Amino acid sequence: MSGGMLKQGIAPGRLDAGQYARNFSDLHPALDKHEAHVEADRCYFCFDAPCMNACPTSIDIPMFIREISTDNPLGAAETIFEQNILGGMCARVCPTEQLCEDACVRMEAEGKPVKIGLLQRYATDIAMAEDAQFFTRAPETGKTVAVVGAGPAGLAAAHRLAMHGHSVVVYDARPKAGGLNEYGIASYKTPNGFAQAEVDYITSIGGIEIILGQELGRDLTLDRLVETHDAVFLGVGLGGVNALRAEGEDDGADGLHDAVDFIAELRQSTDLSGLPVGRRVVVIGGGMTAIDAAVQSKLLGAEDVTICYRRGQEHMNASSFEQDLAASKGVSIRHWLQPKRVLSVNGKVAGIELEYTELRDGRLVGMGHLLTLPADQVFKAIGQTLEDETAAGLTLSGGRIETDAEGRTSRAGVWAGGDCVAAGDDLTVTAVAQGRDAAESINRYLSGN
Amino acid sequence: MADIRNNFVGIKSPNPFWLASAPPTDKAYNVERAFRAGWGGVVWKTLGEEGPPVVNVNGPRYGAIWGADRRLLGFNNIELITDRDLQKNLQEIKQVKKNWPDRAVVVSIMVPCEEDAWKAILPLVEETEADGIELNFGCPHGMSERGMGAAVGQVPEYVEMVVRWCKQYSRMPVITKLTPNVTDVRRPARAAKNGGTDAVSLINTINSITGVDLDNFAPMPTIDGKGTHGGYCGPAAKPIALHMVAEIARDSETYGLPISGIGGITTWRDAAEFMALGAGNVQVCTAAMVYGFKIVEEMISGLSNWMDEKGHRTLDDITGRAVRNVTDWQYLNLKYLTKARIDQEKCSSCGRCHIACEDTSHQAIMKEKDGKRHFEVMDDECVGCNLCVNVCPVEDCITMIALEPGMLDERTRKVVGPTYANWTTHPNNPMRKSVEPAE
Repeated sequence: MSGGMLKQGIAPGRLDAGQYARNFSDLHPALDKHEAHVEADRCYFCFDAPCMNACPTSIDIPMFIREISTDNPLGAAETIFEQNILGGMCARVCPTEQLCEDACVRMEAEGKPVKIGLLQRYATDIAMAEDAQFFTRAPETGKTVAVVGAGPAGLAAAHRLAMHGHSVVVYDARPKAGGLNEYGIASYKTPNGFAQAEVDYITSIGGIEIILGQELGRDLTLDRLVETHDAVFLGVGLGGVNALRAEGEDDGADGLHDAVDFIAELRQSTDLSGLPVGRRVVVIGGGMTAIDAAVQSKLLGAEDVTICYRRGQEHMNASSFEQDLAASKGVSIRHWLQPKRVLSVNGKVAGIELEYTELRDGRLVGMGHLLTLPADQVFKAIGQTLEDETAAGLTLSGGRIETDAEGRTSRAGVWAGGDCVAAGDDLTVTAVAQGRDAAESINRYLSGN
Repeated sequence: MADIRNNFVGIKSPNPFWLASAPPTDKAYNVERAFRAGWGGVVWKTLGEEGPPVVNVNGPRYGAIWGADRRLLGFNNIELITDRDLQKNLQEIKQVKKNWPDRAVVVSIMVPCEEDAWKAILPLVEETEADGIELNFGCPHGMSERGMGAAVGQVPEYVEMVVRWCKQYSRMPVITKLTPNVTDVRRPARAAKNGGTDAVSLINTINSITGVDLDNFAPMPTIDGKGTHGGYCGPAAKPIALHMVAEIARDSETYGLPISGIGGITTWRDAAEFMALGAGNVQVCTAAMVYGFKIVEEMISGLSNWMDEKGHRTLDDITGRAVRNVTDWQYLNLKYLTKARIDQEKCSSCGRCHIACEDTSHQAIMKEKDGKRHFEVMDDECVGCNLCVNVCPVEDCITMIALEPGMLDERTRKVVGPTYANWTTHPNNPMRKSVEPAE
């Protein structure tokens, strides 16, 4: 074991240099050609395939797998990209075990679905490595569309709008495009700068200008965007973070962080050995962000990482695959515990006091019994919220922007999609579908149909 | 315990599994290994006449087609008969037979279609004390261009003539190996019988091109940009071979003529099927070339266990048992009605049965019921064609159920009768033998 593991408090350099590279390499190694062909042969080419119906972007999965099996990976990639221009990222981050692979008839028959995600990655990797482009722009329409947010929803919308001949300006608050693909997903799911490569691949269709460092509510206003563009698409995501509602949360003790900030910092780090992490880490939450923060803490060399979730295992938003992944990396997941008090000593987090919970008449209540976990670092991963200024004047529903089936907001000329809308489910693939479909709606609107 | 000892035209072997004349039997080294592995016999790779050795290509000799996971389904070759010295082969044959007296050693021969050529080689082979000879009238490539192999097998008169010479100049049992590259395999079989052959073996390989290299537009296997047809074999050839074996087994002129079955035999089950259609034993090549000699263990064990399970004591109990059930289409019972049944417990809802039936057959399988994905046969449309059974990826999920007499056929709205009736008496048949009352 590396001596760095024993450093007290929050410290960088817990691991040997080689260990960082090993820990943060590709979670699922790509299939080689033979593996892909063997796996493709397992597909039954189902009629009205359940996998396709389970895909939020409705990729023709049996068709692209058949194309792989006939050694036509570019045909396969085109089939994928027609429906989902972010098919490469979705192949890496989709919870396929809850979507296409759960619906695969071989899952029902034998518990071993066709590895659709890995096959999709096989085809899209080949196409992107060759920079094979399948789409060309329609003649310029002279219309401009503002897209706010260069995440999955915004990029999908921008690509489809550009394809229809519109000029697209994408604004993003961050210094890089990609949204959560660049800042919010665990590093080992998308290593080697894939998110940026995908942005470049998508924008190479032309007609898309990306302007970075422009935040809605700070540098831009919706009114101004509506005035200066023919249509606006909002794919702003969720900028706020929910509070723990625990005592001591606002004391400013060192070591209490938002998990999303930690993940973003890790993704942007060029030297992981310089990134500090606690010896004992507690993550509060039950979703993918909690898992990503906990697993990466562990991979950075934290000795003891515990996820505390206030409800039961069956209520966790994180997929069972993600939970198993965390367990396999040595993260312990504890249920029925809600944060009560952040403990600190000399301005540094020292632990967290939690209360056991139970469901009583369908309501979650504290049981009065307390538990204290020592911790140098506590991550909050209890969900994100829409920042008020980003949706100024739009009708909200459940704290997110309300849209109709085509992605239209309450304001004429403004569409929205992705995590910021009420219809979202916090999945990359859903954001892509909403961005794409909103772009089609915008196109119909702009061409007067 | 089943007795699987084999006696084929007087040639005895401990089991009915012989290696066919091919690369695996080209020299003592391989044949010794095969016998150690348990093979009952070999047909030594074809000997040619004395003289300068045969020359083979030095590029690819084999081509193949594959199924899932590169499982080899079909195989082809353009290799010629042995390219080793005749005397060397004869010495090795003699030694191997001496070392393995309980195994069958048969020698394949191919010499020009001239009496003197056959007259010259037969005593040399006889001197090895091999158990018999097999006449290679099947090799479809290379040698056939020189008037041998399939070039002989395709002319019944030549077959009869050469067999006659062999019976005249040798005391050894003669097995005549037939080519499938003919329109009616019964003709050369009848000719061989007329010539006095002790048995026929079939099939030899089928004329084939396994594929085309699309980068340089050349047939495969490709030798310096060109290709030629090779002999096709392996599992994909088995149905063709089974048919030809059955045709000879049930032909009135060749009925009872011993047959050594060849063609894609890969497992004990394949062997049992050939034997059921009239083969007295079987010869294997491709399976050994793909998996090695060890497969014979599975064949021996599988055949014995199946025979024990079914109560068959000797190979005679199974040989030819299916022959009487091979008939002409015109004698099939047109009153036999089946309907497909989908076992909903086993159905994985892939829907392949539906789309196959919907797009290409009789629109007899529904795709939903009560608004849910559900695949079920509609008896009023089902003609019992079996397509759904064949395309279903789940074994035994779809089965064909015969309608019992008295039951209603929903499709024709007629009650199933207990009678047998075939095309020969069908009212729609202008050539019918007698007129039956209309149905």
